[in-house]
Amino acid sequence: MIRVELVKLVRRPRSWVSLVLLCGLPVLVAVFVAVTHLAPPPGQGPALLSAVLSSGSLYPAAALAIVLPIFLPVAVAVVAGDSIAGEAGSGTLRYLLARPVGRTRLLGAKLIALIVYTLSAVILVAVTAYLTGIALFGAQPVAATPGGLTTSNIAATSLSGSGLSPAAIALRTIGAVAFIAVSMLGVGAIALFLSTITDSALGAALGALAALITSEVLVTLNAASAVDPYLPTRYWLAWIDFFRDPIVWRNIERGFAVQGVYVVVFLAASWAHFATKDITS
Amino acid sequence: MIVTRGLTKRYGHLLVVDQIDLDVREGDRYGFLGPNGSGKTTVVRMLLGLVYATSGEITVLGQPVPKRVGEVLPSIGSLVEGPSAYGHLSGRANLALIDAAGKSGSRRTRRSRIAATLDRVGLGGIDNRPVKRYSLGMRQRLGLAAALLRTPKLLILDEPTNGLDPQGIREIRDLLIELNAAGTTVFLSSHQLSEVEQLCTRVGIVDQGRLVRQDDLETLRALTGRSIVRTPDTDRAREVLDGQIELAQAGRLVVADPDTAALNSRLVGHGVRVTEIAAERRSLEDVVLSVTGSGSDRVDVVDGDQR
Repeated sequence: MIRVELVKLVRRPRSWVSLVLLCGLPVLVAVFVAVTHLAPPPGQGPALLSAVLSSGSLYPAAALAIVLPIFLPVAVAVVAGDSIAGEAGSGTLRYLLARPVGRTRLLGAKLIALIVYTLSAVILVAVTAYLTGIALFGAQPVAATPGGLTTSNIAATSLSGSGLSPAAIALRTIGAVAFIAVSMLGVGAIALFLSTITDSALGAALGALAALITSEVLVTLNAASAVDPYLPTRYWLAWIDFFRDPIVWRNIERGFAVQGVYVVVFLAASWAHFATKDITS
Repeated sequence: MIVTRGLTKRYGHLLVVDQIDLDVREGDRYGFLGPNGSGKTTVVRMLLGLVYATSGEITVLGQPVPKRVGEVLPSIGSLVEGPSAYGHLSGRANLALIDAAGKSGSRRTRRSRIAATLDRVGLGGIDNRPVKRYSLGMRQRLGLAAALLRTPKLLILDEPTNGLDPQGIREIRDLLIELNAAGTTVFLSSHQLSEVEQLCTRVGIVDQGRLVRQDDLETLRALTGRSIVRTPDTDRAREVLDGQIELAQAGRLVVADPDTAALNSRLVGHGVRVTEIAAERRSLEDVVLSVTGSGSDRVDVVDGDQR
């Protein structure tokens, strides 16, 4: 069944279009920045973008920062929201279940396809951004940074200003990719749950995005500080801490924990609802 | 093959299926007949484990449903409320996906089985166009192909000839009769009297969620004890059959005598020309109309609501 779901994912034009768009936006930004050499000053614009001019090898992190706020959650929510509701809407759900495909197995296969999609999206963005960064900004070994060391094996500077070796940057990027993938799975789990409730794939995707927007609004609100640590988007940007020297683990750990709880709770809810639901679509 | 006891489904206050006791035997071509909205589709969905009954028991192929539905579904082919497929893929790709889903059929024989099944439903020469460019009739055939992919013991079909032209309907009917002769039990849910009348050997009539009649078609279409005589010599015939005629129209007489042979020789003996003579049977339509109300898509004003 997992194979069947992966085949469906791969043969769906929408999957490819969304991946191309996801990878395309950072390339577009890179081209503008490279042509004009006008990076936003540190602290403004997408995180890390200001550091990119000094070394292209930091661009994957900058690219992730560009797609993270909207593009990536939208893509993941659309795929996750489509998983059950899309089958229900097109009428194929009843035939799958009458095949028979066990409801738990179907949900599991959908989840694995979703994980594969999310991981490939994040990794593809990082890889294309790395290639774009190297091509447009070069992988200069020298980084002119306030307070940073400039030795030959220092490729770039961390946000804290000290130099990072290429290996360290690669490792930290992998850490960031993992963190963002898990954050997106949190979004996916919410959308998947909504997808078992409604027969409208669009409704499920928009519902998940509405939850995210609510969370974003509450995060900025001092009056909501009581619930702040439990909001799904609260630690979304914690992966930037991977690029500090030394790495600040506190928020990263909390981010992983919060997303883990969201994933587990919403997957359990999806399963509980889907396994006992009357399929009338 | 299918036995239900007191099968009931309630959606909130709405009683959709009310104490249905189905009995479909092996080898039957069972027609599940009822007006729109009478609960047919809900029953079909409950038989397949898609919808859970509020109360009552279901046994399909000897196993309790929905408890062990996973064991019986591989032997059932189904078509529920119209066919559906992934529109952006070809018919073959759709069948391959369906075949690979669940307890998948053997991959080695997949291609040949799909080709054979497509042939069977009259889509053997189909090209690689995506299903979204299929006509309604082609989709219906594709849905039937998906149901037949694993040579089921039981076919549960909900309105299988929707969208087909008269030739298509005929073809599908012949196919179902052929499958039935080879040992497949057919359970056909339909609101089309003619479809059921021409295909089925047993009929269950459902109305407003209740099974109001279940019997062999032959029994339902019993003789009425009357004969229909067509003759150009109406007046002469009336003299001969004095008192036995219940209804006389120009050229057509309804005679209160089921023995057509005796009636015929008597008429001919008196010089009455007979163009047609037959024992009268109840039509399925008469039976259905006598036991059902109007369909639920008709909403009449209830007395007292009107002020």
